[in-house]
Parts: sequence; structure tokens; C-alpha cells
Amino acid sequence: MEKIKEVGINKSEDVIMARQVAREMAKELDFGLADQTRITAAVSELSRNIYHYAGTGRVVVKVLSESAKKGMEIIAEDKGPGIPDIEMAMQDGYSTGKGPLGQGLPGSKRLMDEFEIKSEVGVGTTVTIRKWL
Amino acid sequence: MERVPILKMGDTLILTIQVELHDETALRLQEDILEKIFETKPQGLVIDVSAVGVVDSFFGRMLSDTAIMARTMGVETVLVGIQPEIAIILQEMGLELKGVHTALNLEKGMALLQGMGEVGNGED
Repeated sequence: MEKIKEVGINKSEDVIMARQVAREMAKELDFGLADQTRITAAVSELSRNIYHYAGTGRVVVKVLSESAKKGMEIIAEDKGPGIPDIEMAMQDGYSTGKGPLGQGLPGSKRLMDEFEIKSEVGVGTTVTIRKWL
Repeated sequence: MERVPILKMGDTLILTIQVELHDETALRLQEDILEKIFETKPQGLVIDVSAVGVVDSFFGRMLSDTAIMARTMGVETVLVGIQPEIAIILQEMGLELKGVHTALNLEKGMALLQGMGEVGNGED
């Protein structure tokens, strides 16, 4: 199994590609169907955020292997406008109105075991999510 | 661009989402549904999502918006065949499908619409 895969997000079809790559890796790692779907949904959400808010970016999907622990990490990064108020963006129902989102970031956080977000206005946004087996 | 066929069976419009919808195909489908409703004046709309393996806030919002638009035109929407994993995701993400009715399968969805039609007639 390839331990790391990257999908460039430049058009709306790439969102589908990113989640297919993520589901495939989750399946190969033997995640259960519900977790496969959680991972796929979170990747769909983050890659759609890139497409809607930044236009372009990339999604990196990785196998994690730490002694006895195995899992998956997904990094979604863009050099878009950045999020001025991360705390507010993490609240349910928040959206800047540019996209159809609002549940996206807090929803993805709930689907995963770990969630980190770094964002700087004018520089870009990086979201890292992890799910352990 | 790939399009989702919308069929009319008796008094009901039925469509099955079998392809992965990206933004443009999803919004195109929404317009197609509303145009077909106006054209064919159905009793109800059934959307079969049994082949849909993942959902995110965009897709949930699109389904909900479509149902609310259809209701504005006078037609109720029933979503049928939601997989267990999709129900889990919708709940955990806090995505509420406003404006849609749900049923386990096509048959039960059609029966639900039928029942709503009868209630409507009874009020006349």
C-alpha cells in the first residue's frame, strides 16, 4: 500500500478524487464501514472548503503507524484568504455566506479523533485531521 | 456533463442518484428537478439515495434546499434508501435535512406520498 498520496484541488471534480483516495486508503487499513464513511465525509468537507474559499490547494492522505497504533492522517492546505476568526468558524452554523457551509469544520471535527487548524489571513489555511484504528 | 435522469412513474417524479455529484452537477440537478416539476405537475418527488456512499454539508444542504424549493412550488419530497453510515454522518455532523420526508425504500416512499395526497384531498 502506498503510505502517502496527494491530490491537488483545482476544480470541483478534484473533491470527488480526494475522497475516493481517502476511502480507498481507509478501506485498505481495515477501518470499519462507519469510520471509512466518517473519514470520507471529513475529506469531502475539507477539500470542498479549499475549492470554495481558496480556489486551489492540496489534500495529503497518509498512513500513520506509531508502535502499536495505526491510523490515518489527512492534511488539507491552501494559500487562500485564511480564516479571520477560527473560534467563530468552529462554531456550529457559522458561514461567511460565500459557500454553503457552516456545519463543515465543526462537523468534520466531530467525525475524527484529532483535528488541528492553522490559519492566517492572507497566507492560507492548513487543517490536519487524524483517525486511529 | 453527466446528468441524472428524472423519471415520471404515475403521479410521482423519481430520481436515483447513482453518480458522485460534484458542485456543478448537483446544482444542475437541482434546476432540472424544479423544471421537471413545473413541466409534469407531479403529486410528489422521490429521491433515491441508496447508492450514495458519502454525504457532506454541501450535499445535505443541496438536498434540503431542493426539497424546500419543490415545496414552494407545491410538491413534497421523500428521500428514500438512506444507508446507516449516511444517517450516522448526518447526525454526527449536525446536518439537518430540512424540508424532506424520509422513507426506508422506494415503495414506502411512494406510499407516504400517496397518504399525504389523500390527507390533502380529505381537507377539500
